[in-house]
Amino acid sequence: MNATPIMDATAIERALARMAHEIVEGNPQTDALVFVGLRTHGAPLARRLAAKIGEILGSEFPTGELDITMHRDDLDLRETPPAVGPSHIPFDVTDKTVVLVDDVLYTGRSIRAAMDELSDFGRPKCIRLAVLVDRGHRELPIRPDYVGKNLPTSMTERIRVSLTEIAGKDEVVIEK
Amino acid sequence: MKKTKFIWKRKDLLGIQDLSADEIVHILDTAAAFKQVGERNIKKVPSLRGKTLINLFIEPSTRTRTSFELAAIRLSADIVNITATASSLVKGETLKDTALNLQALHADIIVIRHGAAGAPHFLSRIVKASIINAGDGAHEHPTQALLDAFTIREKKGTIAGLNVTILGDILYSRVARSNIWLLTKLGANVTLAGPSTLVPRVFEQLGCRVTHDMEEAIRDADVINLLRIQHERQRKTMFPSIGEYTAMFGLNKERFARTKPDALIMHPGPINRGVEIDSDVADCGRSVILEQVTNGLAVRMAVLYLCAGGQPV
Repeated sequence: MNATPIMDATAIERALARMAHEIVEGNPQTDALVFVGLRTHGAPLARRLAAKIGEILGSEFPTGELDITMHRDDLDLRETPPAVGPSHIPFDVTDKTVVLVDDVLYTGRSIRAAMDELSDFGRPKCIRLAVLVDRGHRELPIRPDYVGKNLPTSMTERIRVSLTEIAGKDEVVIEK
Repeated sequence: MKKTKFIWKRKDLLGIQDLSADEIVHILDTAAAFKQVGERNIKKVPSLRGKTLINLFIEPSTRTRTSFELAAIRLSADIVNITATASSLVKGETLKDTALNLQALHADIIVIRHGAAGAPHFLSRIVKASIINAGDGAHEHPTQALLDAFTIREKKGTIAGLNVTILGDILYSRVARSNIWLLTKLGANVTLAGPSTLVPRVFEQLGCRVTHDMEEAIRDADVINLLRIQHERQRKTMFPSIGEYTAMFGLNKERFARTKPDALIMHPGPINRGVEIDSDVADCGRSVILEQVTNGLAVRMAVLYLCAGGQPV
């Protein structure tokens, strides 16, 4: 397998810093902001974004995690049922501006499932989408509001995101 | 949260006896996720949308049937209930023909309760649908054992090393058998106690301690699981009177006071207040009887999801 580095730790850090500023700029009503990451890699990214925005604005922002398995649309296509975990949303999402966070945006199906999962907890005022990498090839009418890096890919390629919290290092590589 | 690498491969849940410890833990972990669904504004997920579940209850049940029914509803499956008195079984149809008819109706899951041990195993050999054992004779009641284990794990943090006493009608109890298999697989020390007619020494072969001394049974117990006296399964009287059973083996206030201060009190229900358990003890802070009911729903959602959540059969 041929792996090409796309982002190193510094590039990821800068992308998240820029996204944090864009989120602050685009959401003047910052007291309604909450951050919810998709498990596994979206969750630490959501915490990092919340921390960065907390530094900018001098306050703390709530974060949560979503497990989207129960809302997946491909359960019937899998031979065995994937493991499910509990979502952890320790606040009421109703009337909040929820920033959904994931590592890679691809077909959009995970985000559709995440929005359905989130809606089971309440009715947010609005949902925004922040992703570290947008690799294209959407299969649903979903688009991100905040993007770390736009990365045109072919469907045979694979994007692998490593994060310090999970893999001990920050890195984005493309494998083909 | 630690991601489990374990992959579930069964389409049926026939009993605890043939499950591995890993499979049991995987069900409990999955149930933890589904328990949380019950705490949301919208207590329903689409995981089994389009699947059909048939509750085939040849023996009467309200709580288990209702629990499976609600579990299926919360997973967006469609449910049909069949009870013995309202089915063609009273017209002489065999269980096999009933099952083949349900298969012809494209049932994806059949939850069966039957008076004969092995009925679910028999069905699993003749139909493609997932078969879930909701109690077969005095053999197994796997989802009850799983919800008991879930409750113990949630309250005590672990199961390995705990002293669990199962008290009462062991001989006729499928709950006891499933619990014994599950708890010993996960490393608990299981003590069985009750009148010698209902708790024969032969159960020691399953890896449990058997005692007929109530005080000894409850003294060191971290968990006390009381079983109902199953009048319907006893062919002859196994003890002189209910009053004597209560006097000898009922968990009354005096005995309760001699249990460990953090011992959990469990009961699969329906409870007979004043018989195997004192009313005040059943309602005390250490009684987790109603939490068992809540957890039963989560465990059954997990079992349905795992057995029927993948590709249609």
